[in-house]
Amino acid sequence: MPLPFEKPIEDLEIKIEEMRAYAGEQGIDLSDEITLLEQRLERLRRDTFDNLTRWQRVQVARAAGRPTAMDYLQGAFDGFTELHGDRTLGDDPAIVAGLARLGERSVVVIGQQKGRDTKENIHRNFGMAHPSGYRKAMRMFDLADKFGLPVITPIDTPGAYPGIAAEEQGQAWVIAESIRRMSRLQVPAISVVIGEGGSGGALAVGVANRVLILENAIYSVISPESCAAILWRDAAEAEKAAEALKLTAYDLLELGVVDRVIDEPVGGAHKDREETIRRVREAMLAEVASLMPLDRQALEAQRRERFRALGRFRDAA
Amino acid sequence: MALERWFRRNRPTRKEDDNAPAGLWLKCEACSAQIYRKDLVANAYVCPECGHHYRMPVEARIELLADAGSFEPWSGGIQAEDPLGFVDTQPYPERLEKNRQKHGRPDAIVTGGATLDGEAIGLVVMDFQFLGGSMGSVVGEEIARAAERSAQEGRALVAVTASGGARMQEGALSLMQMAKTTVALELLAERGLPFVSVLTDPTTGGVTASFATLGDVIYAEPGALISFAGPRVIQQTIKQDLPEGFQRSEFLLEKGMLDDVVSRKALKERLAVTIRLLRAGSVAREREKGVGRAAAL
Ligand SMILES: [Zn+2]
Repeated sequence: MPLPFEKPIEDLEIKIEEMRAYAGEQGIDLSDEITLLEQRLERLRRDTFDNLTRWQRVQVARAAGRPTAMDYLQGAFDGFTELHGDRTLGDDPAIVAGLARLGERSVVVIGQQKGRDTKENIHRNFGMAHPSGYRKAMRMFDLADKFGLPVITPIDTPGAYPGIAAEEQGQAWVIAESIRRMSRLQVPAISVVIGEGGSGGALAVGVANRVLILENAIYSVISPESCAAILWRDAAEAEKAAEALKLTAYDLLELGVVDRVIDEPVGGAHKDREETIRRVREAMLAEVASLMPLDRQALEAQRRERFRALGRFRDAA
Repeated sequence: MALERWFRRNRPTRKEDDNAPAGLWLKCEACSAQIYRKDLVANAYVCPECGHHYRMPVEARIELLADAGSFEPWSGGIQAEDPLGFVDTQPYPERLEKNRQKHGRPDAIVTGGATLDGEAIGLVVMDFQFLGGSMGSVVGEEIARAAERSAQEGRALVAVTASGGARMQEGALSLMQMAKTTVALELLAERGLPFVSVLTDPTTGGVTASFATLGDVIYAEPGALISFAGPRVIQQTIKQDLPEGFQRSEFLLEKGMLDDVVSRKALKERLAVTIRLLRAGSVAREREKGVGRAAAL
């Protein structure tokens, strides 16, 4: 199903298809007309996607068919070997983790996984991790340090799960611990916000040396819906909240929250998954290579300084 | 002892009225007893009848914990900007200005150096009355600076938290304060200096999910709401009733999340004892002399 603002694009695509079919059936040459329409389609796509509102980007970030962490694990890495379990309570399917090769190098990957259909979404709890998921992530940080493997974290979650068991098992505690554990990594760490960077649940695996974000991904302190419910007392004001929160890739680049924006193919990542995955792979390869010359202390120091410096304030009047 | 004197004193001020229902008399929200307001204030905002802990003003908290005359403020030198140009039902700068006027400080936090029963500490106290104690750039920076200064001056750090979480009006920058405060605590760890957090009602969201729960020792006041997600959010998500006492201090103690629940009257002494015990170790003293990171890990 197209997103609301994709409807005119889809209508035009259908029209072009119909014209092609008609030309074939009737054995007539409509290639000039079709070329014109294709040019118009390209312009429409570009106009639409160059001028997305923040709320529209939120929808693209959550769009069905957008590549998930697992899609990158299979498409951008080689030989992904999943490792399960937190060694305490269980295995949280909302976080997939394991070993893989990125180009020449072995790496540890910790990804937040939304479902690609309803069944998988239920299995993955819509990408909302329990404490067990963050404990698994911390175990992977230990593994990465021990074997000197760079860490890559594809981020895509509405947030850490707000439930009874999650609270009883110390959701806040494990997020804090994961933030601290990741900040102490002695290896290069790269986060890529591939869809939704939902609050503390995302930051728990986002304390990287370099934080990248896809052009239509978002990263926010709170979802627009929850923000609207609190500040406007109406979740329907999510569009206003999305604007106010400045949660898009370029907003975050300006604020220094992310270091680099990876362009998506025109029409969004969900329209050209392969090309998106290829671009993310290229970006990850370049970023890992740029961090490899740094020694352990320098990597940890850079990460600490990066996060220590974030914030805007001035001298008091 | 200074603490005893303080408990006997009556000093209700206008500012303190935010923390307990106004009026000369009030009905305790826990036991329904009629309490004379002055008695409540004189009792450190603890109901004299049932021991219910009311929220407490920042100044009273400092008096409760710092030795008389020892508190030297560190915070107050910086104030928030409006990095997003955030407007909801009113512009963020207006909201801030109103709160600054009303509460007489630049943001939702006070930090400073003090002695606590003779122990040199850095003291962080969050102000829930100021925009819900929310953590934006200024709160995060003041905490980070307090941690760093405490480390440099060889002080233990005590943080008394009260917060609704991250400050939405500063967007992702508030979220980043969770990481900022966390990395700032590393200096204390490297020098083997204790960080003790005291969670008070309410401590939720991004504050709970960062420095507040990274204390070497974590205490909470009785009956405090302590959570990652608020009870309402959880109820909306799971659509069922929450267990009795859910997310309250006593419940979390039972779940293994806290070192202890400590009543307000016992808090100062408990902090002093804890800090002394932690700092008495010879290994800790070696570290304070500058044996670094490797040992601390
Ligand atoms: Zn009472």
